[in-house]
Amino acid sequence: MRLTLKVWRQKNKSDKGGFETYQLNNVDTHASFLEMMDVLNEQLVNENKIPVAFDHDCREGICGACSMVINGRPHGPLKGTTTCQLHMRHFHDGETVTIEPFRANAFPVLKDLVVDRSSFERIQQAGGYISVGTGAAPEANNIPVNKVDAEKAFDAAACIGCGACVAACKNGSAMLFVGAKVSQYALLPQGHPERNERVLNMVAVMDEEGFGGCTNTGACEAECPKEISVANIMRLNREYISAKLSVEKE
Amino acid sequence: MALDSKIPSGPLGEKWSRYKSSVKLVNPANKKKIDIIVIGTGLAGASAAASLGELGYKVKAFCFQDSARRAHSIAAQGGINAAKNYRNDGDSVYRLFYDTIKGGDYRSREGNVHRLAEVSVNIIDQCVAQGVPFAREYSGLLDNRSFGGVQVSRTFYARGQTGQQLLLGAYSALNRQVKEKSVELFTRHEMVEVVIENGKARGVIVRDLVTGEIQRHAAHAVVLATGGYGNVFFLSTNAMGCNTTAIWKAHKKGAFFGNPCFTQIHPTCIPVHGEYQSKLTLMSESLRNDGRVWVSKSKGDKRKPQDIPEEERDYYLERKYPSFGNLVPRDIASRAAKEACDDGRGVGETGMAVYLDFADAIKKYGKDTISARYGNLFEMYEKITGEDPYTTPMMIYPAVHYTMGGLWVDYNLMTNVPGMYATGECNFSDHGANRLGASALMQGLADGYFVLPYTIGDYLSGEILTGKIKTDSTAFDEAEKNVRAQIERLMNIKGTKSVDYYHRKLGKVMWDKCGMARNATGLSEAIEEIKKIKTEFWSDVKIPGTANELNPELEKAIRVADFIELGELMCLDALHREESCGGHFRTEFQTPDGEALRNDDKFAYVGAWEYKGENQPQELHKEELVFESVHLTQRSYK
Repeated sequence: MRLTLKVWRQKNKSDKGGFETYQLNNVDTHASFLEMMDVLNEQLVNENKIPVAFDHDCREGICGACSMVINGRPHGPLKGTTTCQLHMRHFHDGETVTIEPFRANAFPVLKDLVVDRSSFERIQQAGGYISVGTGAAPEANNIPVNKVDAEKAFDAAACIGCGACVAACKNGSAMLFVGAKVSQYALLPQGHPERNERVLNMVAVMDEEGFGGCTNTGACEAECPKEISVANIMRLNREYISAKLSVEKE
Repeated sequence: MALDSKIPSGPLGEKWSRYKSSVKLVNPANKKKIDIIVIGTGLAGASAAASLGELGYKVKAFCFQDSARRAHSIAAQGGINAAKNYRNDGDSVYRLFYDTIKGGDYRSREGNVHRLAEVSVNIIDQCVAQGVPFAREYSGLLDNRSFGGVQVSRTFYARGQTGQQLLLGAYSALNRQVKEKSVELFTRHEMVEVVIENGKARGVIVRDLVTGEIQRHAAHAVVLATGGYGNVFFLSTNAMGCNTTAIWKAHKKGAFFGNPCFTQIHPTCIPVHGEYQSKLTLMSESLRNDGRVWVSKSKGDKRKPQDIPEEERDYYLERKYPSFGNLVPRDIASRAAKEACDDGRGVGETGMAVYLDFADAIKKYGKDTISARYGNLFEMYEKITGEDPYTTPMMIYPAVHYTMGGLWVDYNLMTNVPGMYATGECNFSDHGANRLGASALMQGLADGYFVLPYTIGDYLSGEILTGKIKTDSTAFDEAEKNVRAQIERLMNIKGTKSVDYYHRKLGKVMWDKCGMARNATGLSEAIEEIKKIKTEFWSDVKIPGTANELNPELEKAIRVADFIELGELMCLDALHREESCGGHFRTEFQTPDGEALRNDDKFAYVGAWEYKGENQPQELHKEELVFESVHLTQRSYK
């Protein structure tokens, strides 16, 4: 099939950027979206033009690198699907497809469709861990974990850190991302000793980085390729309030 | 040159504990004065960087992705083995050791593998303490499952994404050290050269992938944890960025490359759909517990699978291997699939696929049971192919998945270059000629958490008076000069073909002639073809843009240049190893019924190759493998 692609091009961080339009013929419906981009790029290289830069790696929906807004939706039209898992059979012959980077105050564009998500890293570094050194761990089965909690912790831990939630949110909020990590550790006994410090520190950095506030829209959950639930935001709020009320001040 | 594996003396079960009790240590005050560089932040790299930082060393960690959590360890599905014996079914450290040695077809070192089995139990403890959400039973205790061809249930898992969860555990430990400032993390930075000074590894040259800036980083030791080189075949289950550059550069600076031709092909992957295919997707080995593999009995049969009656179907694994049936080991299953397709009986549009059929299992157990077992895998298959495995058979084909070969290392995980270490998939050591399922995750974390932190002290105890390594030495000047020269040369070729064109071409030669079934003629031809590809690449590749910006084409070019050279070495290694073992199958060396024929008299050694210079033949060194504990047997699955 044939497609018209409107792609965001931006030379670097300070460049204003703009849309370029490309025609792509003979797109195979079995191809994945990124394979279609590869074909576009091969065409551009052959025409002595600069190919479109985009983040990608695993191409199987788990690393969280790929990050395109396709026809206005982060990761495109399908539920629970990353950009790299999207296939061209979901588009029609002659369609115009608009492709943009994940846009947010806290995700500056580096080039074309590549954004800087290091704000996520700084949030994780603030508290997204349990402070156990290598070799200090007790026997694995010493602390049983309720099976239901274990399943919920897994559901929260399934977040791939792609940032689609931020891109989808009209406020550019990272509450789903932070909520998922805070929830995982709040649901596991191993996470309890540092529970309060963790949520306060992570939220503080989240705010510093320029993410917006949560106004209960739910677009994040709808667009999340791993279908992370807004229940994690509920838990985050509960952990936060609880921590605020419990932490003793000198 | 004699290769000294430095395996400690004494009974097998005591080597590691005795070693730990007598290894030289670096006291805490001195650790602060020592810098260590870690390249790669997958399971092996992140665990090493975090553990070394906790110990008090000053660590710099580098990865080319935008986050340390995106290393390809993240994609591992199945599980991680450990000899906990929670199931009370007869598992033990010795049994895990034995299964791994035998599974590796007796081409790995006893000492290293036994240690791996010993520390496996500590790994589970560490991960649980980090908050890794392993599957639990109703008691709240950890669950286990069995994995391919093994008689005990020793695999710990987190649904179908154990790799992701283990990596996030190591990543969280790494993050804590970044906050503590014991580790400085450089994301979107790729190592492009090692720096050797007075025979010791003293640092690296790194390229900032956003600005193109070339940087010098010095350290008392360099740890490479850069994963496998499966992308030399272009199509593999690896991520797009996975490459051999770090270890290849180390190799060209003197580190021997061990058993490069030992590559693992996984039998159940989604087949190639077209010319534009960029990678292959793995379908978990667990599917073969219930699926039946078949093709038509007649060649060129284009009928829909539902229209082919039972009598006209060839369930070839069940036919050829009655006692193991569909559950034969990976190398056997892969070769059998290739044989069927080469015989003109492959299925699908390309004819390069076989059926994995769940119809009988669904009839027997019901759709709900099958869905509970494989739901997410069936969903993944349907997303990619648009076909529904509940109503039509899956199509699968073997694909390159893992590389057992890698840099030669001794018992300390140090290469033959002092101060240069290799951990995880990028070293050669523990899996011999064939890796067992659920053991790659085990090895990466074993190396990073529980081996390297001890063994590196042995070397670094000699560096406590060295002082900071300076980056303004001749060695660094030379290394940076060479990097700039290479990049400039690449950018100025301004030829007519893209990097991907050459990568695909190389991949096809490697797959056709150094893939599942190898022979002397094919390998010799491949070596000549690859030499031609190298010449063409360096005279006709086209890289748009400039070097001083984010330039994915340049990044790919640097990696492909190294793949081309590695490919030639792999063919050479495969050519010289005149036997079949594990994933290395030479058609000239097989039993009368088509199984691998090992030659333990002549080839029970590690082939460690030494780089001798541009266009010079590489020199082979042999580390003879001594088996004190296990008896070598021929593997049979009939």
